[in-house]
Amino acid sequence: MSLLKYESQLREPLIDGDKNYHQLTEDIISPVETKPNRLWWIGFSIAVALLLFGVYSVYREVDYGIGQWNLNRTVGWGWDITNFVWWIGIGHAGTLISAILLLFGQKWRTGVNRAAEAMTIFAVMCAGQFPIFHMGRVWMGFFVLPYPNSRGPLWPNFNSALLWDVFAVSTYFTVSLLFWYTGLLPDLATVRDRAKTKFRKMFYGLASFGWTGSTKHWQRQESLALVLAGLATPLVLSVHTIVSFDFATSVIPGWHTTIFPPYFVAGAVFSGFAMVQSLLLITRKVLHLEDYITIGHIEAMNKVIVLTGSIVGCAYISELFIAWYSQNTYEWWAFRQNRVNIFSPYGWAYYGMMFCNVVSPQLFWSRKLRRNVMFTFFMAVLVNVGMWFERFVIIVTSIYRDYLPSSWTTYYSPTIWEIGFYLGTFGLFFVCYFLFAKYFPVIALAEVKAILKLSGESYKDKMSGMEEMSTDKFYAEEVEAHAH
Amino acid sequence: MIKKFVVGSFEDEKDLFPAVKNVRRAGYKIHDVYTPFPIHGLDKAMGLRETSLHTAGFIFGITGTSIAVGGMGYIFTTDWPLNIGGKPHFPLPAFIPITFELTVLMSAVGMVYTFLWLCKMMPGVKKHHFNLRSTDDLMTMVIECTPNSNPLEIENFLKQNGAIEINTQDAEEGWWFGRYDKEQKLYRAEEVALEE
Repeated sequence: MSLLKYESQLREPLIDGDKNYHQLTEDIISPVETKPNRLWWIGFSIAVALLLFGVYSVYREVDYGIGQWNLNRTVGWGWDITNFVWWIGIGHAGTLISAILLLFGQKWRTGVNRAAEAMTIFAVMCAGQFPIFHMGRVWMGFFVLPYPNSRGPLWPNFNSALLWDVFAVSTYFTVSLLFWYTGLLPDLATVRDRAKTKFRKMFYGLASFGWTGSTKHWQRQESLALVLAGLATPLVLSVHTIVSFDFATSVIPGWHTTIFPPYFVAGAVFSGFAMVQSLLLITRKVLHLEDYITIGHIEAMNKVIVLTGSIVGCAYISELFIAWYSQNTYEWWAFRQNRVNIFSPYGWAYYGMMFCNVVSPQLFWSRKLRRNVMFTFFMAVLVNVGMWFERFVIIVTSIYRDYLPSSWTTYYSPTIWEIGFYLGTFGLFFVCYFLFAKYFPVIALAEVKAILKLSGESYKDKMSGMEEMSTDKFYAEEVEAHAH
Repeated sequence: MIKKFVVGSFEDEKDLFPAVKNVRRAGYKIHDVYTPFPIHGLDKAMGLRETSLHTAGFIFGITGTSIAVGGMGYIFTTDWPLNIGGKPHFPLPAFIPITFELTVLMSAVGMVYTFLWLCKMMPGVKKHHFNLRSTDDLMTMVIECTPNSNPLEIENFLKQNGAIEINTQDAEEGWWFGRYDKEQKLYRAEEVALEE
């Protein structure tokens, strides 16, 4: 078995420093076992305040109706659906890291997958709020569920892209949650077995489901993780595809485009990785996890950002080209007058999007900038702003001028309650993330232990001697070492 | 059931593999090996058969597919055929997204429940822990004693194979509902108390 455990020196170590298994446990579990510091409390309080403001904004919307928002004819989808698509996009990196990179055998995922998956779950929770409260009469929300009811039975329309969305988002949330939690069980058991206080023993005892670490259980858990990854891979691609169908299956110029599914998925991964970057850069600093989330991890994620950013850039250009090439008057009008024309009411949004998503990420072709923490953080924020602009451009610039010039809206801008709802979802996201970072191990401890002897810095140093030996000699020694 | 177990722990998986081989060759019965992380090949070395959890996943997935296609087909053709813009009542391409989502959902949920059922895991379940460090940094091998076996002999055997923290424990091999902040309790002790 040890013969296969050889990994080239050329690959950067994924765990820095001289570690052993116990040291990994200490480093990763200790934040869970200490009291939160002042910084945590400040951040948590801000998040709770935002959440409360959001709850009040939503209360006003439910009480007075959708008129609380500045939606009008023809802008029936404004900030709310923009935010929905934005949050759903952010929720794509976690499953991509944990599922697709698992299938591709990328070992660097072990350092970041737990936190990224948590972000996925919280982001999908935030995203779900928008379509639910956009219904207006939110107490009628259960009408979207297909069940034999006493109203006919009145079934939902299974041909509708909006209903597909209900299924896609709820399935995505459930599967991500299961995937995340089954991976978390062994680490919660580690916390439980180290626990000194009564509360911690009880809480982690319940949360770890009685995990023991039996070989048979590990075998099943690995098989489960592999199949769930296989299921989650097409799932993660399907979710944003179906979200893009909300637009692509309509007949609105600017929306009725076949390029939307791949374009949306690439954009989702792009913004998701940016969010993972911005949060993990803070998390690794605050929790002193620089040895586990190394510059190499950051660089790997920046490579994904530059790749998906370039795909998104190509999509923008081909969308624009096809709008002209198709000779469709309305489509070309939507692009030429509502977007590309910088003097049009929303021209700033289009150029903001182009700058943040297409131009600026190209700087990541430079290795030096990819490995610069401050620059990465700045870029991650920029990308998320750009991706918000993208959704805003797609939604608002396509519908604020429709076929009939007399019904064109003057200018759509949100009310404070519409903005408050958005801020509230930030509150929800960060409240969840702060609690997660405090009470759960933010790094997949068991998975990092499993790669320690392959990719740990000190073990790699030991291997460099072996690398200099000739292959035959190395093989002979390894065989002898295990010929008990 | 209460049984007697000999417990020995290993610090390095390089010592564990030969030890597993030797213990099996010597004819002792390995109850289980508890490890802090998945060790590839250990299940094969211990002679465990491959898990068929993925088969369960497939069956659950197929069930989801059938429910989705069957359900939507029945609703739109038989139960309440709505005329939606003159579109067909059984538009298979339009059913694909929901069918796919339901397949994935049923398969994932079903598999996780099967996993928890097979491993006997749920909130509040308690099992005997032979060595608390087996979720931290030790690989703990547990050998089950038969009426004929001599625990001291097994302990010595484990020591020769590089084990540390060797001891003999009476333990409940199954699971029960209990709290983690309480002492380990043996079923046998309680039964004896009842008989008195």
